[in-house]
Amino acid sequence: MGRMEYFLEIFFGGLTRGSIYALIALGYTMVYGIIQLINFAHGEIYMIGAFTALIVAGVLGSLGMPGYAILLLTLPIAVIYASAYGFTVEKIAYKPLRSAPRLSPLISAIGMSIFLQNYILLAQTADFLPFPNLLPYFDLPDFVGGILTSSEVTIVITAALVMAGLTSFIKFTRMGKAMRATAQNQRMAMLVGVNVDQVISLTFIIGSALAAIGGVLIASHIGQINFYIGFIAGIKAFTAAVLGGIGSVPGAMLGGLVLGWTESFATGYVSSDYEDVFAFALLVLILIFRPAGILGKADSQKV
Amino acid sequence: MQGLKKSLLTAVWFMFLTFPIMVIRVNTIEKTIVWRWENLALVGISVFLLSYVWRFLMSRRERGNKQNAFATDDRAQAFRALIEDRRIRYSLIAAFAIFVGVFPFLFSMYQVNIMISALIYIMLGLGLNIVVGLAGLLDLGFVAFYAVGAYAYALLNLHFGLGFWAVLPMAAVLGAFVGILLGFPVLRLRGDYLAIVTLGFGEIIRLVLENWGTFTRGPSGISNIPRPDLFGLEFGLQGRIIYMYYVVLALVLFTIAVVTRLKYSRIGRAWMALREDEIACQAMGIDKTQTKLMAFSLGATWAAMAGVVFAAKTSFINPASFTFLESAMILSIVVLGGMGSTVGVILGALILILLPEYLRAFAEYRMIVFGAIMVLFMVFRPQGLIRDRRLKRRFHPAESSKGAEAVPTGEGMARGAGSHG
Amino acid sequence: MAEAGPVLDVRNLTMDFGGLRAIDSVSLDIMPGEIVALIGPNGAGKTTFFNCVTGLYTPTSGEILLSARGQRKRLNGLKPNHITALGMARTFQNIRLFPHMTVLENVMIGRHCRTRSSIFGAIFRPPATRQEEAESIEISYGLLKEVGLTALVDETANNLPYGAQRRLEIARAMATEPALLLLDEPAAGMNPSETRELQALILRLREKHDLSILLIEHDMKLVMSLSDRVCVLEYGTQIAQSTPEEVSRDPRVIKAYLGEEADA
Repeated sequence: MGRMEYFLEIFFGGLTRGSIYALIALGYTMVYGIIQLINFAHGEIYMIGAFTALIVAGVLGSLGMPGYAILLLTLPIAVIYASAYGFTVEKIAYKPLRSAPRLSPLISAIGMSIFLQNYILLAQTADFLPFPNLLPYFDLPDFVGGILTSSEVTIVITAALVMAGLTSFIKFTRMGKAMRATAQNQRMAMLVGVNVDQVISLTFIIGSALAAIGGVLIASHIGQINFYIGFIAGIKAFTAAVLGGIGSVPGAMLGGLVLGWTESFATGYVSSDYEDVFAFALLVLILIFRPAGILGKADSQKV
Repeated sequence: MQGLKKSLLTAVWFMFLTFPIMVIRVNTIEKTIVWRWENLALVGISVFLLSYVWRFLMSRRERGNKQNAFATDDRAQAFRALIEDRRIRYSLIAAFAIFVGVFPFLFSMYQVNIMISALIYIMLGLGLNIVVGLAGLLDLGFVAFYAVGAYAYALLNLHFGLGFWAVLPMAAVLGAFVGILLGFPVLRLRGDYLAIVTLGFGEIIRLVLENWGTFTRGPSGISNIPRPDLFGLEFGLQGRIIYMYYVVLALVLFTIAVVTRLKYSRIGRAWMALREDEIACQAMGIDKTQTKLMAFSLGATWAAMAGVVFAAKTSFINPASFTFLESAMILSIVVLGGMGSTVGVILGALILILLPEYLRAFAEYRMIVFGAIMVLFMVFRPQGLIRDRRLKRRFHPAESSKGAEAVPTGEGMARGAGSHG
Repeated sequence: MAEAGPVLDVRNLTMDFGGLRAIDSVSLDIMPGEIVALIGPNGAGKTTFFNCVTGLYTPTSGEILLSARGQRKRLNGLKPNHITALGMARTFQNIRLFPHMTVLENVMIGRHCRTRSSIFGAIFRPPATRQEEAESIEISYGLLKEVGLTALVDETANNLPYGAQRRLEIARAMATEPALLLLDEPAAGMNPSETRELQALILRLREKHDLSILLIEHDMKLVMSLSDRVCVLEYGTQIAQSTPEEVSRDPRVIKAYLGEEADA
C-alpha cells in the first residue's frame, strides 16, 4: 500500500471515530451547558444503547427477519431505551441535587456510572459479546475501495445528518430556543416562562438518543461490546467536548473530529500500545492549558 | 391512594425500562435466547416497594431542609450525650482498643488477612479524606499514588533488595513529590475539571504501568514481594501475618493521629475554608494554590505508603489492582463515612470492605452497591454516616468576662482536638 | 502612623470587560485614619473598583499603590492573598463567611497570613506552634469581643443572625491586621439600630487599630455621618469627590444619584 493510501485510510478511520465521539460528546456538552454537570453516567447510556440494540437484534434475528428490517427496528428501540434511561437517571441522581454544592451531583454521577455498569454486568454478562453488523453493505467505487469501507461511509453520513438535524432543532424550534435560553441564564429563562424542568429532561433525552445512535453505529462497526465500553468512550467523548469548548454544540462536533484524528494518526504513525494514553494526555493538556477549549469562552466567576 | 398510583406507575415504568436488559439474554455466539420473566416480576415488586421508601426519604429530606440547623433530632442528641459522657466514652474506646489489640489471637489467619485489607483501606480512606473531605478537592486519580507506592516497593526490592522499612519513608517522599508534580499544573482548575484531570492522570499512570513492560513487567505484574521484616527476625507464616497486622495497625494509628492534628491546625482550617469559599479564602490572605498543593501531596503521601503496605501484604502486584474502580471505591468509603470525619471514614472502610467479605453471596453485588451508595448518600445524607463536627471550645461566661487572659491556651486546644477525633 | 502619604493611592484606574468600560480613569487616595465612602447608583462600578483594588480583577490600566506595614507597594497584578498580606482586608457585599466553620475559626482564618506554622508544625506541635495557636485564639477572641460576638464563638457561622454575620465578617477581616479596611455595603439589610451600632463599631475600630476605611454604602445617613470624604461614581467615571456636605449639594450628584432614586 502506498504512503498516500495509508494516510487516507488513517484519515477516514479518524473521521469515523471522530463522528462517533462527536455524537456522544454532544450529550456531555448539552447537559453541561444547561446544568453545569459533567454527566459521568453518559458513557453508560451509550453502552446501554448498544446493549439494547444487541438484544433486540438478537431476538429479531432469531425470528428470521432480514438485515435491513432489523436495523430499522433496532435503532429506534435502542434510541428510545437509551433516552428513557437518560431521563430516569436525571430524575433520580441529579434533579434532587440541583441546589447542592457543585461536587455532590458529580459524585452522584460517578456512583450512577458504576451502578449502571454493574447492572449490565450482573443482568447480562462480563464477557465481550459479538455484535452483528447491522450497517448496510454496498460497493464503493474502485478508487476508494482500499481506503474506506461502506460502514465507515454510513457512519460518517448518519452522524453528519443527525448533527445537522440537532443544529437546526436548536436553532429554529421553540424548544431549541428554550434550551438556549436556559443555558444562558436558568433563572431568567424561568422568569420568562420557560419550563426549566422540561428543558433539562429534554436535554438528557436528546443527549441519550445521540449516544445510542453512536453506540449502535460503532458497535456494528467494531463488532463486539461489553459492559465496560461506556467508561472509555465516555471519557474520550468528554475529552472531545472539552477540546471543542464544553457547552458549545459546534465545539463538541469539532472536538470529536480533532480527537478522532489525533488518535488515529498517533496510533497509525507513533505507537498503538498507547492508544488510550493519547486521548487522556490530550484531555489533561487541554484542561491545563486551555480549559475553555477551541470554541469556548473563558468564564469568569462572579463575586 | 395518590401514593399507590404513583408507586404503580413507577413500577410499570421500571419494568418497561429494565425489560430488555433484565429479561432477555442473548448469546450471540451460540444464537440462543433466554427469557427470564421472573426478573420482570421481581423488578416490578421491588420498585413498587422502593418507591414508597424513596418518597418517605424525600419527604424527610424536605422537612430536614426546612428545619433549623439548631434542631437535630432527639435520638441523635441523646446518643451524642451518651458518647460524650467521659466514662462511657473512655470505656468504649478502651474496649475497642483491647479488641483490636488481641484480634489476631482470637481469629483465624483468614480473618486477620481480611482485617489487614480493611486497615489498608482505612489508611487510603483517611488519606483521600484529607484531599476530598478537608480540602474539598475531588481527586479521582487517587489510586495512581497508591500504585506509585506499590511499584516503588516492588521495583526497589527487585533491583536493589531494599526492605519494607527502608522503602516506606522513601515511598512517602516519592508520593509527595509525584503529588506536587501532578498537582501543580492542575490545582488551579475548577472542582469538576480537577476531578476529570486527576482521573485522566490515574488512567495514564495505569496504562503506562501496563505497557512499559521492560520497566514494570507489564500486565503480568511483579511477584515475590517480601513482607515486612523485624531486625532480621524470621517468623513462621502465621507469625508474619500477625506481624503484618500490627505493622498496619500502627500505621493506621499514626495516620489517625496525624489527620486529627492536621484537622485542627492552621493548615487544616485553611483547607476547610478553601472548601467552603475560595474567593473569601484568598481575600483572607490564604494562598490558594499552595494550600491545595499541600492537601493534594499529603493525600498522595498516604496513598503511596498504603501502596507499600499493599504490595507487602499481597506479595504480588499488577496494574489491574489500580484501576479507576479502586479510586471510586476509596471515594465511596469517604462518602459513606462522612466527608471530613475521621471516625466516619474508619466506619465506612470497615463496612464496605468487611461486609462483602463476610456476606459472600453479596460479594458480586459489591460494586453495584458502591455505586448506589454514592448516589443515595449524595441525595439523602450528603454528610455521610457520621457528620463531621467542628471542634467546640468551651468558653465559660465567667472566664470571658475576665478578658483575654482567660481564653484557652494551645494546650487546651490540643486536648480538645485529641478527644474529638 | 509612620507614613505621611496616603495609605491607598489609586491613579487613573481603568477596567474593561471585553468592550465594556466598567471603570474609567478613577483616581482616589485615602489618608491614614481617614474614612472614605464610595457611592453611586447601582452598576456604577463600585464593587468592580473594590475587586480591582483587592486583586480579584487585574485592572486594564492605572496604578494602585498601598503604603502599609512600613512599605509601599504597587498592587497591580498581585494575587488577592498577597494584597491581604500587605495590609488590606475586605468584606463582601453578599456575605462570604465560611458557613460550616465556627465563629472563632472564621476569625482565626484571618490570622493565617500573620502566622507561620506548617504541616510539620501541625503534626509534631512544637512549642512555637502551640504558642502561635494560643496567640491566634487570643487575638481572634479579642476581636470577637470588639464586635460583640463572644457569646457565639462556638456556633457555626451559618447559624448566625444576619447582623451578626456582617460583624463577624468585619472581625475576620480585622484579624489580618489591615492598615486599610474595605467594607462593601456593611449596613445592607440592617435595621436603623443595627446601623447605629455598626457606625459606632467602625469608629471604634478606626480609633483602636489606626485604621483607614473605604466603604461602599447606599445608606446615605450612614455615609454622611461617618465619612470624612465621599467619592461619587456614575457609569464608571468619578463625578465628584469631596466632603459629605459638599457632595450632597453637588447638582451632578443629586441628578445622578438622588435623581435616580426619585425615579425609582
